Amino acid sequence: MNSNILEVKNLKTTFSSRKASFNAVDGISFHVAKGETLGIVGESGCGKSVTSLSIMGLVKPPGKVSGDQIDFNGVNLLNLPKREMRNLRGNKISMIFQEPMTSLNPVYSVGEQIGETLKIHKKLKGEERKRKVVDLLKQVGIPRADEIYDNYPHQLSGGMRQRVMIAMAMACDPQLIIADEPTTALDVTIQAQILELMKDLQSKKGMSMILITHDLGVVSEVCDRLIVMYAGKIVETGPVKEVLNNPSHPYTKGLLASLPKKGHKEKRLHFIPGQVPAPANWGKGCRFSDRCPYTMSQCETSLPPLMKAGEAQESACWLIPDEEGSTHNGFIEATR
Amino acid sequence: MALSKLQDDYILEVQNVKKYFPIKKGIFSKQVGAVKAVDNVSFQLRRGETLGVVGESGCGKSTMARLIIQLLKATEGRIKLEGKDLTAISKEELRATRRDIQMVFQDPYASLNPRWTVEKTLLEPMKVYNIGTKSERKEKVADLLNKVGLDPSYAKRHPHEFSGGQRQRIGIARALVLNPKVIIADEPVSALDISVQAQVINLMQDLQEQYNLTYMFITHDLSVCEHISDRVAVMYLGKIVELASKDQLFSNPLHPYTLALISAAPEVNAGHKRERIILKGDVPSPANPPSGCAFHTRCPSCMEICKAETPALTEKEPGQFVACHLYQ
Repeated sequence: MNSNILEVKNLKTTFSSRKASFNAVDGISFHVAKGETLGIVGESGCGKSVTSLSIMGLVKPPGKVSGDQIDFNGVNLLNLPKREMRNLRGNKISMIFQEPMTSLNPVYSVGEQIGETLKIHKKLKGEERKRKVVDLLKQVGIPRADEIYDNYPHQLSGGMRQRVMIAMAMACDPQLIIADEPTTALDVTIQAQILELMKDLQSKKGMSMILITHDLGVVSEVCDRLIVMYAGKIVETGPVKEVLNNPSHPYTKGLLASLPKKGHKEKRLHFIPGQVPAPANWGKGCRFSDRCPYTMSQCETSLPPLMKAGEAQESACWLIPDEEGSTHNGFIEATR
Repeated sequence: MALSKLQDDYILEVQNVKKYFPIKKGIFSKQVGAVKAVDNVSFQLRRGETLGVVGESGCGKSTMARLIIQLLKATEGRIKLEGKDLTAISKEELRATRRDIQMVFQDPYASLNPRWTVEKTLLEPMKVYNIGTKSERKEKVADLLNKVGLDPSYAKRHPHEFSGGQRQRIGIARALVLNPKVIIADEPVSALDISVQAQVINLMQDLQEQYNLTYMFITHDLSVCEHISDRVAVMYLGKIVELASKDQLFSNPLHPYTLALISAAPEVNAGHKRERIILKGDVPSPANPPSGCAFHTRCPSCMEICKAETPALTEKEPGQFVACHLYQ
């Protein structure tokens, strides 16, 4: 019995034009265990959203998904016929998007939109469908669910719309939910409500979740395990506590150190010099090497694979084997 | 920071400012109500300080910024820059005064003209105000680009050739061209990635020291606010609910809304789980704000009086102002 609901091996998503092609996601492997929340963090352009679209089979041409496998409950999604993928999508795997206003249809009432999922996958009809939708709306904490059923997206606030999106994603009791920046467009107090709701529903229904975000605070509060991506590659992965308390990749360290912290008095923030390289400038070596404070000659010529860096932690950095090295520890001290 | 010395050296005073946007209906555009975007707000900016303004969307923080730089006319109240009332002076005078207050906008993609080179963008304000000769202006542009950490050779490029962080640096350079005294920054780092955000915050702090700038820094990110501010104003539905020094506000928040806001912000803290205050419901519409204290519909410690009377902003501790019936 496999305890993983999703296993991704060597996933590559390629976008090509007549002149050039590049891998937005460049050979990444990871898994999601049953009932687990996996966080994927990274800055814009690191490939985290493309990863989620690749799993859902939603990458549009000229994008092309390849790789060894995307195994969902024993089914390889990579060579699944379109029709079967459509049966899975919204049913067994569903997605919550960042901007609820643009991902809801403005000309259908929210009740109809949630009901559509039930109509297609569960073949529910009439009154029964409506009852189920109202029930879902209640579950996601929407007051006056009977009235809201007939409302249109523009009549709802941002937080309410995101609740509708969640209700829609939950409609068929999926085994895996992929949430792409679900709270980025929301205010802090509303964000807290939505995160609480998602945690609550997840533990009640025992779903697995992939949470994609750029906010390390959100990851720290919600996720069990964490993947840090940089320029199409996974640079570090491990249990959230360990990665955030004891980051081993210089990029993760730099990110954590760049966050303004509560109660800290330093005038200047730590920062990572330079910017994320464009795919055209990805060299042969480590893609972080031009911004890394510890670049060695090895870093510029060969790409480090993920290596064991702790009990359950893995990191793609040539520094990892000599963990005892003085510069290494010195850096941890300096950025704490 | 030698704040005590600067205590009463106010560079900008905002007194009882209101901004109501009329709601019109029908073929005769009859006014049927008003959105009270900013409702009786008063505060002062001390020379050389950074005032952080936090609050959720729709609380009036951006309207406040637009009122101060006179992009919007206040419905009521005074806005004084070094004693000069910007709401009452003539157009010519306003034009001359305006250069002292500049703004940095949130979205560096939308706030730069895509058809203009960086140089043209930075030269324009100097041309408008007739400053320097042609060569002096060009020198100033090169100097500014250096100051904000861009290579002067970039002057001939267009905005689309830059990354988000670099564009925000151009936005900051543009705000600095006329040597302003006050800079209003409306969510200047919200659109940027974490590592770049830190670069821009550092840059803004360096420039503040160099040019003795006064900042009003609008943000929804509490940790950024705590890092950069000397004092912080918390806004809710068009009103300031708490105004205090950064240390007071973050170590001893008084208003229930401030408390909730601080506890709701997700924190990188893999250690212990915190006790969280989760507010119920949404921010009410400013077109139809609740009676009494506007926060009473979501407040965990709401009393009878809160529904009837609006609490005034009063000084509870020295330097810490709060508008809440719990402390009156």
